[in-house]
Amino acid sequence: MEKKVDNKRINSYNHWGYIFVLPFTIVFLIFSVYPVLRTLHLSFTDLKVMGDAHFIGFSNYARVVKDKFFWNSLLNTVRIWGVNIVLQLGLAFLLMMVFSDVKYKMKGLGFFRVVYYLPNLIAATSVAFLFQTLLDWRYGTFNIMLNGIAKLFGGTYNPIDWIGSGATVPYVIAVIQSWMWFGNSFIMLMAGVQGISNDYFEAAAIDGAGRWTVFGKITLPLIRPILMYVAITSLIGGLQMFDLPFLMVIPSSQAYSRVQTVMMYLYRFGFTAGSINTGYASAVAYMLFLIILVVSLIQLYLFRDKDAAAEKKMVKQAKREMR
Amino acid sequence: MDKTSNTHDLIMKGLLYFALGLLAVVSFFPFYLMIINATRSGVEISRSFSVIPSKYLTENYKQLIKYVNIPRGILNSVIVSGFATLLTVYFSSLTAYGLAFYKFKANKIVFGAILAFMMIPGQLSLIGFYQLCTKLHLVNSYIPLIIPAVASPGTVFFLRQYAISTVPTTLIEAARIDGSNELRTFHKIIFPLISPGVATMGIMAFIGNWNSYLLPMIILNKTEKFTLPVMVSTLRSATDLQQNQGATYLAVAISVIPIMLVFAFFSRYIISSISAGAVKE
Repeated sequence: MEKKVDNKRINSYNHWGYIFVLPFTIVFLIFSVYPVLRTLHLSFTDLKVMGDAHFIGFSNYARVVKDKFFWNSLLNTVRIWGVNIVLQLGLAFLLMMVFSDVKYKMKGLGFFRVVYYLPNLIAATSVAFLFQTLLDWRYGTFNIMLNGIAKLFGGTYNPIDWIGSGATVPYVIAVIQSWMWFGNSFIMLMAGVQGISNDYFEAAAIDGAGRWTVFGKITLPLIRPILMYVAITSLIGGLQMFDLPFLMVIPSSQAYSRVQTVMMYLYRFGFTAGSINTGYASAVAYMLFLIILVVSLIQLYLFRDKDAAAEKKMVKQAKREMR
Repeated sequence: MDKTSNTHDLIMKGLLYFALGLLAVVSFFPFYLMIINATRSGVEISRSFSVIPSKYLTENYKQLIKYVNIPRGILNSVIVSGFATLLTVYFSSLTAYGLAFYKFKANKIVFGAILAFMMIPGQLSLIGFYQLCTKLHLVNSYIPLIIPAVASPGTVFFLRQYAISTVPTTLIEAARIDGSNELRTFHKIIFPLISPGVATMGIMAFIGNWNSYLLPMIILNKTEKFTLPVMVSTLRSATDLQQNQGATYLAVAISVIPIMLVFAFFSRYIISSISAGAVKE
């Protein structure tokens, strides 16, 4: 009885909810929903810089699919992201293993977490500029250091043009990207480990389970959802890569064709004076979205919890047998 | 345990700590070099490598402000990031509370839209957003950089979960019995209660706004309106400045140090928000 009265009283206040969400909803509709739909609309038109937009069906999409520069930019993006994700997640995973080891019980997690996260705080413009200057082939501190080391061992060092050469620059960017993000991934993985109930580890200790058994049978399966989350967010971020390559390599550089990412390709048609084709750029945006969607779904499928599915099956079977 | 395996473990642990320390140095060293090089002259930097500061700091600063108006950039960045962060924090709390504690028809629709837009990558809105700004004559204005901060789906999502777990419904009930107006209840009772979560999201929002590059670069094209990241990025076309690397390092250092200070004070909040973001999934 009492509960019913309570509910009624709450109900009479419920219209207040509209007032609380109203400002959000108005701004959200204008600055988020409308632009996304407008981009979709434009992707079916021939709008250039100004003037009227005419409906042209899927022509822009057909042009994207046929353009080899688009596919080249996708390849560039995937190359940088691929190297980056292996380094970034690999390092974060190793660190997670070290700090979750039941035998060594490493200390200082709080300190290391903070220091490893530092590179992620800094604006990509500053990171790009910093490394551009450090890696400058003539005056850069990095080459001067290498030269010093070579001299120390009586050898000579032929300065490498890290950023100016198409052979090295994608990997340089991948390494910088990993440097910026491994701390973030590590914190997330560690949050997963810390979320595991201590009962499991205590039970394992009582049973005399070794460190590798604990890691393989308890830690790893239980952090799988977070591992998946980190992988998918990194993919979504990675496929939208823009700042670092855009800022580090100028269009006139011969290395440019090796680092132009899909977002840089989009930027060229969306915002670079002289080559603006708004309709086409919109189609590129939606193509990238489709690619991200498909790859995320594949990733979700690959990471899906096979054990949970099997377990469900077993429980069902057991129930049937009990009957 | 026998003695040999104990010493073996000790050596292994020592090696691991050494590796962890090395990685910490790798994480920090570029920033250290940046600060050191900001105090050295271009000639010194190109001639040798050093970890000891020199005495060209003021000289470099004088060089730098010949090209860019750094104090102006800092002021612009503070204005844009400050107002955007305040809007995000206040309106996200308001929305989150509304979604968490009132049952109304549109509740599910708004929440569903928030979830959907958290997954939609930013590039989908970029062109439509720019078109909207040209139509409304908002190019070169701070409005497109500040007002959209009112609607920040990720922050609302986080604070909604946070409010549900920290605000007891009996408290809201008690305020109603005392005759408190709903908005007043929110401002006087709820907001202070959820402020730790709000602070976390506020710091993340500030860092995100401070570091934002693509959007301000597209919206602003008057030099005196540039935010710090856009300003720093224009330096790469100043070729004669590249002869003096000290000044460029100084420019980067100036853009980085405020964020480092924020982090020094609030790192606990930042780490906890990343952890929460991972565990919520």
